[in-house]
Amino acid sequence: MKLNNYPHNQGLYDSAFEHDSCGVGFVVDVKGRADNTIVKQGLQVLERLAHRGAVGADPLTGDGAGILIQIPHEFNVCICEQQGIKLPPAGAYGTGLVFISNNEGLRGICEDAISKIVAEEGQIFLGWRKVPVNDQVIGQSARDNQPDIEQIFIAKGKQVNNQADFEKKLYIIRRKIEKENPASGLYIVSLSSRTVVYKGLLMPNQVSKYFLDLQSPLIKSAIALVHSRYSTNTFPSWDLAQPFRFLAHNGEINTLRGNINWMRARGIDAIVPGGSDSAALDNVFELLVLSGRPIAQVMMQLIPAAWEHNRQMDKKLKDFYQYNACSMEPWDGPAAIAFTDGKNVGAVLDRNGLRPARYIVTHDDLVVMASEVGVLDIAPQNIKQSGRIEPGKMFYIDTEQKRIITDEEVTDEICSQKPYGKWLNDNLVGLEDLPAISSDEKEKLEINLLLKVFGYTREDLKNILRPMSEKGSEPVGSMGNDTPHAVLSQRPQLLYNYFRQLFAQVTNPPIDPIREELVMSLHSYLGPQRDILKESPEHCHRLFVKEPLLSNDDLEKIRHIRKNSFKTKTLSLLFEQDLKNAVQQLCGEVEKAISDGVSFVVLSDRGVSEKQLAIPALLAVGAVHHHLIRKALRTKVGLILESGEPREVHHFALLLGFGIDLINPYLAYEAIALLVEQKEIFIDTLTAENNFRSAINHGILKILSKMGISTLGSYRGAQIFEALGLSADFIEKYFEGTPSRIGGANLAIIEQETKMRHAAAFNNQDALLASGGLYQWRKDGEFHLWNPASISALQDAVRRNDEHRYKEFAELINNQANNPTTLRSLLKFKTATPIALEKVESVESILKRFATGAMSYGSISGPVHETIAIALNRIGGKSNTGEGGEDASRFVRLPNGDLKRSAIKQVASGRFGVNTNYLINADEIQIKIAQGAKPGEGGQLPGHKVSEIIAKTRFTTPGVTLISPPPHHDIYSIEDLAQLIFDLKNVNPKARISVKLVSEVGVGTVAAGVAKGHADMILISGGDGGTGASPLSSIKHAGLPWELGLSETHQTLVLNNLRSRVRLQTDGQLRTGRDVAIAALLGAEEFGFSTAILITCGCVMLRHCHLNNCSVGVATQDECLAKRFAGKPEYIINYLTFIAHELRQIMAQLGIKNMDEMVGRVDLLEVDQAILPWKAKGIDYSKILFRPAIDPSVKTHCTIAQEHGIDAVLDRKLLELSAAAIKSGEKIKINVAIKNSDRSTGAMLSGEICNKYGVKGLSDDTININLHGIAGQSFGAWLVKGVTFELEGMANDYVGKGISGGKIIIYPSRKADYSSEENIIIGNTTFYGAISGEAYICGLAGERFCIRNSGLNAVVEGVGDHGCEYMTGGRVVILGKTGRNFAAGMSGGIAYVYDRHGELTEKCNTEMVELEAMKTDDESFVLGQIEKHLQYTQSKVAKRIIGNFQKEIRRFVKVMPKEYRRVLEERALSEKEKEEVEV
Amino acid sequence: MGNPKGFLKIKRGKTNYRPVAERLKDYDLVFNLRLKRETRDQAARCMDCGTPFCHWACPIGNYIPEWNDLVYSENWEKAFDLLNATNCLPEVTGRVCPALCEAGCVLGINDDPVTIRENELAIVERAFKTGYLKPHIPKKRTGKKVAIVGSGPAGLSCAVELNRLGHYVTLFEKADKLGGIMRYGIPDFKLEKTILDRRIDIWKKEGIEFKTGINVGENIPADKLLADYAAVCLAGGSRVPRDLKVPGRELNGIVFAMDYLTQSNRRVAEPLRLGETIPADQIIDAKGKKVVVIGGGDTGSDCVGTANRQGAKCVVQIEVMPKPQECRTPSCPWPQYPILLKTTSSHEEGCERHWSIITKQFTGSGSRITKLLCAKADSKLQEIPGTDFEVEADLVILAVGFVHPEKKGLLQNIGVDFDQRGNVKTDNNFQTSIKKVFAAGDMHRGQSLIVWAIWEGQQAAEKIHQFLDCPKPR
Repeated sequence: MKLNNYPHNQGLYDSAFEHDSCGVGFVVDVKGRADNTIVKQGLQVLERLAHRGAVGADPLTGDGAGILIQIPHEFNVCICEQQGIKLPPAGAYGTGLVFISNNEGLRGICEDAISKIVAEEGQIFLGWRKVPVNDQVIGQSARDNQPDIEQIFIAKGKQVNNQADFEKKLYIIRRKIEKENPASGLYIVSLSSRTVVYKGLLMPNQVSKYFLDLQSPLIKSAIALVHSRYSTNTFPSWDLAQPFRFLAHNGEINTLRGNINWMRARGIDAIVPGGSDSAALDNVFELLVLSGRPIAQVMMQLIPAAWEHNRQMDKKLKDFYQYNACSMEPWDGPAAIAFTDGKNVGAVLDRNGLRPARYIVTHDDLVVMASEVGVLDIAPQNIKQSGRIEPGKMFYIDTEQKRIITDEEVTDEICSQKPYGKWLNDNLVGLEDLPAISSDEKEKLEINLLLKVFGYTREDLKNILRPMSEKGSEPVGSMGNDTPHAVLSQRPQLLYNYFRQLFAQVTNPPIDPIREELVMSLHSYLGPQRDILKESPEHCHRLFVKEPLLSNDDLEKIRHIRKNSFKTKTLSLLFEQDLKNAVQQLCGEVEKAISDGVSFVVLSDRGVSEKQLAIPALLAVGAVHHHLIRKALRTKVGLILESGEPREVHHFALLLGFGIDLINPYLAYEAIALLVEQKEIFIDTLTAENNFRSAINHGILKILSKMGISTLGSYRGAQIFEALGLSADFIEKYFEGTPSRIGGANLAIIEQETKMRHAAAFNNQDALLASGGLYQWRKDGEFHLWNPASISALQDAVRRNDEHRYKEFAELINNQANNPTTLRSLLKFKTATPIALEKVESVESILKRFATGAMSYGSISGPVHETIAIALNRIGGKSNTGEGGEDASRFVRLPNGDLKRSAIKQVASGRFGVNTNYLINADEIQIKIAQGAKPGEGGQLPGHKVSEIIAKTRFTTPGVTLISPPPHHDIYSIEDLAQLIFDLKNVNPKARISVKLVSEVGVGTVAAGVAKGHADMILISGGDGGTGASPLSSIKHAGLPWELGLSETHQTLVLNNLRSRVRLQTDGQLRTGRDVAIAALLGAEEFGFSTAILITCGCVMLRHCHLNNCSVGVATQDECLAKRFAGKPEYIINYLTFIAHELRQIMAQLGIKNMDEMVGRVDLLEVDQAILPWKAKGIDYSKILFRPAIDPSVKTHCTIAQEHGIDAVLDRKLLELSAAAIKSGEKIKINVAIKNSDRSTGAMLSGEICNKYGVKGLSDDTININLHGIAGQSFGAWLVKGVTFELEGMANDYVGKGISGGKIIIYPSRKADYSSEENIIIGNTTFYGAISGEAYICGLAGERFCIRNSGLNAVVEGVGDHGCEYMTGGRVVILGKTGRNFAAGMSGGIAYVYDRHGELTEKCNTEMVELEAMKTDDESFVLGQIEKHLQYTQSKVAKRIIGNFQKEIRRFVKVMPKEYRRVLEERALSEKEKEEVEV
Repeated sequence: MGNPKGFLKIKRGKTNYRPVAERLKDYDLVFNLRLKRETRDQAARCMDCGTPFCHWACPIGNYIPEWNDLVYSENWEKAFDLLNATNCLPEVTGRVCPALCEAGCVLGINDDPVTIRENELAIVERAFKTGYLKPHIPKKRTGKKVAIVGSGPAGLSCAVELNRLGHYVTLFEKADKLGGIMRYGIPDFKLEKTILDRRIDIWKKEGIEFKTGINVGENIPADKLLADYAAVCLAGGSRVPRDLKVPGRELNGIVFAMDYLTQSNRRVAEPLRLGETIPADQIIDAKGKKVVVIGGGDTGSDCVGTANRQGAKCVVQIEVMPKPQECRTPSCPWPQYPILLKTTSSHEEGCERHWSIITKQFTGSGSRITKLLCAKADSKLQEIPGTDFEVEADLVILAVGFVHPEKKGLLQNIGVDFDQRGNVKTDNNFQTSIKKVFAAGDMHRGQSLIVWAIWEGQQAAEKIHQFLDCPKPR
């Protein structure tokens, strides 16, 4: 047994990609009075968070839970007496639980080893105690892996003077034991004189039942910190349960790989291998605390607030953060962290506030903090304060000082400890401050030749550099990627092309780098670092650079730096013969430079010539960076690259991700100058160069943000990439830690490619630059599967229903022997005993497994969208709305029997058109987490494309820009996704819920989490899928092929025994029956097609979708062009039927009767060795073709339905109580109690009403439901017209999500005496995607109030950060403060803010809105709203304002989107004109 | 793409033909070159497709969308560089190519295709006009010598390509002037011969050696050629005409189109269209005659135009195949090149056209032709009984194609193998059965288009380059 009992890595499953997320909380007595009640309350909080955790295949085994408390001395004395151990006074001994593999004899070995180490450290080993447990209460799989749990006691030695030093000793003892690891499987839960942790592979309600100690009334503590874990896997893991020694973490560290490497690079060995991201964070936290820093300071260091662009932040605090940025990179990712040292307790959020954390302070000095409110029953009259942790702010309690210390006080104290500002002034050198030196670097070679040497094509100039330098924005394209993977391509490729960008999905959210730019930063600090355990003025003796791209002049400044003893040395990247030697030599030279005291090394490939080649820049960077990490020298030097190679954002991201500090892309600059000179762009060179840098900067921020990373500092070296087609030894040596799952090219191949490119350039010097042909097909360019021959064959086949022609098409796609393009092209079917074709599952039955991909009405024209729906409905397949709603008129069957309704209704981040009626008219509701063409990115439909009809289906205003945010703002983690699935299942219990993921390493573990979140179907999309518009770099370089993702998902689900609960679908450039057969053998039950469907309908791959200019009327909203559309449902049906025919033939040949038995039969596939292309000779598919060894009882395709847990929801009761009213439409009033575990209240009720009454709903206030208590998440989701929810109490996150005409009124308990306008009443992300209705909230809302509101009118008394973000319609009245970044991306609707203190100007994001004075119309509207607010909630603020309205109204500011105003004005004008004409 | 909405706003421009009455009086080009602004507008119609079917349909893969874009942005020189990279004779193809590209143009699916051919012509003519098109002498010479036989488009393109790659190229031509069918087969009113001279002057400066009036195999023995050159490319065309062996074929006044056109071209050759002197007894002239052209293809059309200019009394063109459709049929969907009814400028100048006609017999008075005996043909090209009729004729021109290259002389002398159709047989590398000897163009492929001949010449050049053990150009 191992404590961390993941299966060994097998096939595509790799435990490194396990994620977890969770509920976290604490209960604290501010006065520090230790009591058993606190522990009991802590345990109760834990139980009330249960729905945030998860269970796997074994319903009684949770993912882990635990509690951290102060040392219960009284209890310890008692138990030690029983053991004959005499305890010294409290504080003079340390204790902790130890997990030992339950293997006889190990205990003895451990005891010997431990007592030896304790003695070595001069402390006294007191003894052991077996911790009593009741293992009957836990699940089978937890029990099977249950360790022996012992408690250890160590007394303070005489030499140790104080408790702090003793804690250090205990730490050293623990680390020594961990390193010596006397019995594999020994794990020390905690070892401290202050706190003790009880945790295990338990469900929240099992903790106190399992640990008998916790039942003792003698267990007393003033602090109880608890954690409930939701892990993606179901593999038993006792040690990864939380809390850890100092903290409990809800969230995810995205930059973990980099953080670990940087600690290694500093020579610090604190992180225990094999732990989770949270465990690693705890390790470093502990180290820094024990170095003598206050815990608050350590937290500020590891997870700094977004200080860089915060103009309101105090200078002293900013100085502190900048000083720290000089010595350490942030640990970046969504986080709610509770931490304690046993005396002080704190909680923080990540810089963007992506996890919820609410707290309540009572009149009797109790504090309860948790991911949700309502986890402990507190009498309303006892509530002193109801608050939330704010992003970048600390909630802090000092139980010795017996008070809550405000964020201002805590941070002020910490940043006053040292004169950080002065230190920075004296030591930090800014690039801008260096004297200007103009560059006179010139290349010997003629530019055209140089461009060829570095592999530039005409496309690079035209499609990449031109748009960037002309407009300063990233080049955009459309449709998917159908070119060969770098390792399969017959042509030499740049090394960058072997890497794919990774992205966040489900377990953490991507960030919007445009609208939430305030949390992002590109700052760099370069040069030798110092010991992070110390603080000195010299620690900030570094070079500060604002952006990672250097101009030539900037580079010269650094090259000639003379300040503060900085020294720069340039090392050449040129070589003549042997690449391996050259790289090795380079590493040696850098090492030498460091020992010579050089502070910055410039790696330069200037000066290439016929004889001198350049080491591929990325190889050089990876090699040097990793060499220096291994030698613990990386932090001693700044690395700068001067190279002709990088030109695309993907290149720069890779170089930074693999550790370079700064980059000077000199040839890109020269190429831009050439474009200017040749009049390809009509601006001056300097502007063009600046535009280029700005485009790259934005691109880098976008790549960071799609992994949920905010700062370049933490992205650098974080290696957020997966290699596709590079050999293990190559990766190990130069890119250590990067996943690369199919092996492939090694250094010799990379060398050969470099030499080929070089030779070609010099052999034909007069030739033009090569065509490229990557983005636009060229005869002499890169191969495309969709080429004129295959496109015309397919169109011809479907139009004439000519199967022979289809076979020609299929041959063009299936036989890639000469141009291997896809991973599957290298596979072949094994010979098997065939069966007769008649015995194979019928065509009709197979067609039901086919779906079309999500293509929104908006990206494609109405006629196309409807043609596809009709075709799929005719054959029993499923078409997909895509993001953008669907007109309700399509829900009705046509007289000829056809149905234009899409069976799959997609729910994407923009929530456009997602109202109750839309959701109930679905057979499947699909949550789009990512899309293949641009996973992790948002989208934007520019105003000019938002036509009347598009606006109607999306419930927005024609002409107003629509933004889809990168994340779903109600899915920041896996438990949030489970919540959304629950919401949707409630509103439409008949629809199956699917989740669309994109293939990347680790998608299998994410899928396991999704399966545990009760999705009915998981779609694994390939990264090559199509798009209406996406940055070219994302189309090409983000996401992995579905072969990998599907296979990994299938294997992981089988290993977890979750495969039987969920169906798998795959899509992403499926084209033929052979493709489908391979997908089935790799694990899919269902199959999606998109691009091919469009081609049957007339698409000829113009790749102009993003221009609204499709000449064949497919991807356009231009009416005149849409008329050119000539597709028919028959074409689609013909095509899918051909595929089914081809598939059946393959099945017959393989001897398979029906598809279910085909799923996951990888044993029928093998690699076709005969056609391996030259670079891929070393490719290895064994992981893809791996079949896990499993118990025969484990099913390998979906056989059972998910248990959604909607049978006993509160709505069942509401439905019962309102049945008569629903039937008759008569008014009714209902009173019910509610608690935090009552979630999605109102959704099921709304679904039922909508079923009966359609989109019109009931007349206003027909069903009035009064609720009291604390509502769980998604209160009032999709509430329909006619239903009024009046809640007396509080609510959690996602109130009023998608509200479709209902009314929500919330006010604090009438018994509570706190002031509503200063206390939080509803959580984060409320009224997300609201369609229409009314809301009156008497109190404060959390972050992202009314996000993406389409038409709700709301009144609230104050909001957190990002209020009214992405709003497109509706009116919001805010009677109090707003947080930062108000109205970001708000393109429509109006907000009225009662700006009493004149802060709005600072807090508002005015990119899209303007602040205006109120007009008479506005005043009367606002008055009306406040009057209603008063009437419904008896708000004191409302009363006060109305009482002095003439004066108070002057304090209101109107927040008006610029575009929205223009559109409204135009509309008013045209109406006026109409009237005038009529007159 | 400079103007994304161009194709919606601008209509396809028509070729600017000179008035019939005017052009019939001379042998000058039947149309006027377009104005710069018009070309720019037409180029704006190009959609710069992600999958450019024009570029695919073009045998030599002209970078059509790229140069259209550059023309739109008035970057004429760069446009020419791109055109020049794939096509060594755009001034010829720009005038006479049937433009497979335009059949493939995506705009042609539901609109009129872009005027690609004329855009191409405008680019190259502008390059000549501004002096941008200059000789480019190869920077490095490989020292290898290659002989090419035949100066048609295949021989020329092969020579140009090999010369660009640094080889010494000598091109042998049997006739006294260069250009093959381009010079002698195509009438001046479609392709003025000065443009060939203009181009050949440049190539001479680039270092290609042209030897005219030399019939290799007769004037130079094949083995000497093989001894003197590292490689030889045969590009002599397919010049044996298909005959119409029906009774009365021996009558006077029945000529092959190529004989007729060649002589006409010689008679009106520059300078000043004074022409070459042809012995009076050999002159074939349509003046005052009733002319019948048998064969409905482009050559037949050229004969119609020539006969009208010579002053024929009337011209009748007959074709055995049925009348083609006027627009695409489902059996020939986009982007295939459609066989459509084509009315050329020569047809517009006066001509009676008949389809599905079988010529059964020529009859005459004495030794001279006076009549054709014809009948209607069914869809299988079989005679429909009882449909006989007669057509009066003083001059009959046979324009029914070519069968294969002339085997006598060089080919037999050198000893290459032939394929089933009688063309020179090669492997995939354009290499014949004789080592060092390559073949390209119609001689290899059979009768075809100029653009295919150019492609053949380029491909053969690349294979010869590899054969000469030089690294593959990229």
